Amino acid sequence: MSATELYPANEVLPRNERIVFNLYVISVLVVLVLMMLFGLTMRMAQGTWINVPPDLFYQLMTAHGAGMVGTVGLASSAVMWFFLRKYVRLSLAIFATNYVLFVLGALAILASVFIGKYAGAWTFLYPLPVHAMNVWSPHAAALFMLGYLLIGVGFLLFYLDAMLAMIRVYGNLGRALGLQWLFGGNIDPAHPKTVVASAMVAITNSIGTLAGAVVLVMCLVNIYFPAFTLNALLVKNLTYLFGHMFINASIYMGVIAVYELLPRYSGRPYAISRPFLWSWAASLVMVLIVYPHHLMMDYAMPQWMVIMGQIISYCAGLPVFTVTVYGALTNIYRSGMRWPTPAKLLILSMFGWAAGIVPAIIDGTITVNKVMHNTQWVPGHFHFYLLLGVLPMVLALMFHVIGSRAQEPDRATDKLGFPLYLVGGLVFVFAFLAAGHDSVPRRFAVHLPQWLLTDQVGSIGAILVIAGMLLLATRIVTGLLKAPVHADPAHAAG
Amino acid sequence: MIMQNEVWIITLCGIGLVTLVFVWVIGQSGKAPAPEQLQQTSNAIRRWWFLLLVVAGIGIAYATLRPYPIANQRSNAAAAQIVDAVGRQWSWQISPTRVKAGIPVEFDVTSADVNHGFAIYAPDDRIVTQTQAMPGYTNRLLYTFTEPGKYRVMCLEYCGLAHHNMVAEFEVVAAEKGDQP
Ligand code: HEM
Ligand SMILES: [Cu+2]
Repeated sequence: MSATELYPANEVLPRNERIVFNLYVISVLVVLVLMMLFGLTMRMAQGTWINVPPDLFYQLMTAHGAGMVGTVGLASSAVMWFFLRKYVRLSLAIFATNYVLFVLGALAILASVFIGKYAGAWTFLYPLPVHAMNVWSPHAAALFMLGYLLIGVGFLLFYLDAMLAMIRVYGNLGRALGLQWLFGGNIDPAHPKTVVASAMVAITNSIGTLAGAVVLVMCLVNIYFPAFTLNALLVKNLTYLFGHMFINASIYMGVIAVYELLPRYSGRPYAISRPFLWSWAASLVMVLIVYPHHLMMDYAMPQWMVIMGQIISYCAGLPVFTVTVYGALTNIYRSGMRWPTPAKLLILSMFGWAAGIVPAIIDGTITVNKVMHNTQWVPGHFHFYLLLGVLPMVLALMFHVIGSRAQEPDRATDKLGFPLYLVGGLVFVFAFLAAGHDSVPRRFAVHLPQWLLTDQVGSIGAILVIAGMLLLATRIVTGLLKAPVHADPAHAAG
Repeated sequence: MIMQNEVWIITLCGIGLVTLVFVWVIGQSGKAPAPEQLQQTSNAIRRWWFLLLVVAGIGIAYATLRPYPIANQRSNAAAAQIVDAVGRQWSWQISPTRVKAGIPVEFDVTSADVNHGFAIYAPDDRIVTQTQAMPGYTNRLLYTFTEPGKYRVMCLEYCGLAHHNMVAEFEVVAAEKGDQP
């Protein structure tokens, strides 16, 4: 496969694959826009531009957190599936099952939040779900957890299938990760980066999802057998191991789109290298042990774990800054690059990731965390790499795919949609960061008068993002529903 | 310098640097293919860049972890002033509510129900320090106030419907002559 072939034959979506892929993409876009509107509602409520009662605010916050994290996870699993299926045989039935379980889980979550009034936040931190002061019932909390479990089972199936498929081709997961080349030997230049990343995610996020399943089951048992009490610190550890892992997995799945697509748009091969293999092997370990940076203010935590949280937070930046983003920039430097929409989105995603983890890593310092923890600094940095990092990765694949169908240059809508999204996104995240600098707490339904300015600036940013997103999403959906150019069976079979 | 300002400046510089690099590379990206040895040059730069980050990381980690920024949780040496703080949905119970500046204060923080966050806001509305209030645990937070005035405690861990109303106040008075720090 030459680096410049935009639409290789082995990526064509046969009929059934196309249906499932379209289902994923269209559902993801619809939910993303809806969740963004929830987010805007919260931001405008904080800015006193609209009046939202606190109970509804916290319901929206719970739905937005769970909905966004889940949807971005689903979307990036579609990225992984789309590319990984070229190298190993993935089961379409399992990919479809993941979708069905996700939809069922999402319905359970929505019902729990908007009918059961559950508002224990996406992190369901014990014992809040069972100690709601009668705002919601334990059954609503249980329904929420059941929803998570359904989604978790779907993801586990997907990863299990991916792992088995990789083992069938590469012998074991270590070889899929390229561990045999860490200390020497000739790296097979044809070994796909996609396989390395997929193996890493399948291993780590299975562990993360299992940790999540353990807490969920423990909490469910506690709901119905209150005598079975839990240790709050232990539960918090497991919860954040799961939460940190799950959201990071979406970045690691999404970045596959950059590895696969960027060289096609730059026209320059993007070779696999030893630093690349090292960075994925190291990230595999780091992503699982870095989560104590969420528990720095829990002074009961063993000191070594908190120190590890700080040191590993620093180390986790290295692969991003010196391998992934660095590699992407090297790939486009003086490459004679053209800039259709997918290429713009890919580079935006690299920027959002690299820039967004700067405030995140700094907050991973214990002394800094003492004044920044749980301020809006935190939504400031994670929206930076999610809204301007992961989402653009996913959107890039979607635009790439419709490009093969429509065979037409970017429309005016993309030309407008992209800058709106970019500028709005920057305004939106910097408003959060500025608020964090001013010590504005996160997760507050009602803000003090001196905090309103950042709320209102953030709301304006959010409106621009959503306008941009609507333009981009409309274009993708109309593009997807067009007949593919390579629809003839002769191609699909090949 | 106020920690928040330091963090803000470092962050803006970091993001600014990332932005400059991106803008520069994107500006170059349209140019005709670079000479053959691009990969070698890029690898050489990468090595130095990696080394720089590692050295900076070690330096910063060392500087920020010594002395260790969290009070020893098992120390028996009681501080000169002790404040008990208990969080519950949705209020704080703090006693005493008046402490002296210039002398270390030990806050013993816990929760009677769910997780709360115990963050101390100075009179200028900036957080000066915080810890979590977790049921079943008592976190020992040490802080020496320098400025007298009215301080506020806000809950920084989401705890349900009236989370944002969990605000309490205490007073820091100037140290009297003869008080030993
Ligand atoms: C236009 C786009 C968006 C808007 C307006 C928006 C708005 C918000 C607001 C106002 C909050 C609460 C902030 C606070 O704690 O005070 C929030 C939290 C959050 N957002 Fe977003 N957001 C957007 C996009 C996203 C995206 C793309 C993701 C993930 C991929 C995301 C994930 C989250 C998460 C995980 C939380 C934390 C919820 C919690 O604290 O329980 N958001 N967002
Ligand atoms: Cu609270």
